[in-house]
Amino acid sequence: MDNSKISHHISGQFNKELEDVRNKVLAMGGLVEQQLELAINALTTNDLELAEQVIGQDSQIDELEIAINLECTQILALRQPTAFDLRLLLAIIKIIHELERVGDKAVRIAESAIKISGDVNSLPRHEVDHMIVLVKSMLDHALDAFARMSVEEVPNITGRDEKVDREYDNIVRLLITHMMEDPRNITRSLDVLTTVRALERVGDHARYICEHLVYMIKGENVRHLSQEQLVEKINTPR
Amino acid sequence: MTAQNVRSHSIDMSSVLRDKDATQQQPSETCIKVENLNLFYGEKQALHGINMEMQKKKVTAYIGPSGCGKSTLLRCINRMNDLVDSARIEGKILVDGDNIYDKSVNVAALRRRVGMVFQKPNPFPKSIFENVAYGLRIQGINDKRILEETVEKALRGAALWDEMKDRLNDNALGMSGGQQQRLVIARAIAIEPEVLLLDEPASALDPISTLKVEELINELKEKYTIVIVTHNMQQAARVSDYTAFMYMGELIEIGTTSELFTNPSKKQTEDYITGRYG
Repeated sequence: MDNSKISHHISGQFNKELEDVRNKVLAMGGLVEQQLELAINALTTNDLELAEQVIGQDSQIDELEIAINLECTQILALRQPTAFDLRLLLAIIKIIHELERVGDKAVRIAESAIKISGDVNSLPRHEVDHMIVLVKSMLDHALDAFARMSVEEVPNITGRDEKVDREYDNIVRLLITHMMEDPRNITRSLDVLTTVRALERVGDHARYICEHLVYMIKGENVRHLSQEQLVEKINTPR
Repeated sequence: MTAQNVRSHSIDMSSVLRDKDATQQQPSETCIKVENLNLFYGEKQALHGINMEMQKKKVTAYIGPSGCGKSTLLRCINRMNDLVDSARIEGKILVDGDNIYDKSVNVAALRRRVGMVFQKPNPFPKSIFENVAYGLRIQGINDKRILEETVEKALRGAALWDEMKDRLNDNALGMSGGQQQRLVIARAIAIEPEVLLLDEPASALDPISTLKVEELINELKEKYTIVIVTHNMQQAARVSDYTAFMYMGELIEIGTTSELFTNPSKKQTEDYITGRYG
């Protein structure tokens, strides 16, 4: 873990406060990743107990978001941070919101796992597995990049989002075909759609985390840009 | 108000987009230009090759650690350093295009154009009225009507009129510190300078008086070009349009205040404003 960007304040207490917030964000990230992992396991192994566990644990993530938000507010009010410190706190407030949303997506997947449980074969396994690998790695690497406070990996992470979107489109086409073949497939297909939609959104949130990270490190707002524009901004020296 | 018109605010997108970087895009005019300025106190060099421009009717703040040369630079703008025997200056400072270090410059006339307010309020041991009228009297203006008009205008300009209009003959030393500082500002603007130099104008004041002085600065920039030295970075952030960061007699960075405080381009600036040691 690289603390050098946060530490070295003359006020040791300020260092401690910023490090504490950052450690809590990393802890929250770990928890969210774990929830996503469990939800996906529940889906792919048809484990209903696990799905219930995921749903029950979501409130921990919500509470963490509120607690970190409060801590950031207090630092903003009491320390009047500037420059990197200011951007760090603003980015954290947004990043924890993304993480909280990923937590909600894990719940969505767990709920779908319960609905689909009787009929696991309705999942287009090959395509869904590919999506799972992609979005899990996106979230994992986005949190790594935050821990390292480095934008180096960001283009690789955001680049994967396009693949996720392509896979999502493939699955949607597949589901439409199923539904057209036999209207009795509609209910199940919609459940599957909810699941893959949640996975696709996890990829988006990982991408947003990267965007907040770029703002934090480089002071550049890279939201709403294409992949090419984003890469160009990251590679432009300040 | 009905629920509907509470929410009936329309946004002019063009103003949103324009405001994004208003300070950078607005065409502004240079008022003060510093060119290759070096200043020596005896053998010791206090300012090293300073180059900067200050915009007309804008507030420029100098920040930096003690001894970095910010007050020295401020004093150069109305030649206060002339009063220090050992001080020697190289380079130019142009106010509205005229080099103030030119041999032909009348220093008293320069200081009428470039007024200055110091850290500690320094009212004269005279009445409030006489303090403000002082600058006019030494110019030989004694017409009672002109003096009264000018004093009222200056006190209004310094946001003191309502508090002081019934006490104009009281001794100025009986005022509070915050009132004294605003009185000194009134004294400075009574002679209608173009530029106001403020050297730590609020550092000896309580928070409420400080806010009043800051509010005053905001109003004064409608008419005057203001340069302020402050140790209080939040104050610089609140009152100024441009901020210059100085370190060890050098100008490290100057930019719009919003940019400098959110995304400074030099690491030294970043370390200083975020309270880090290098």
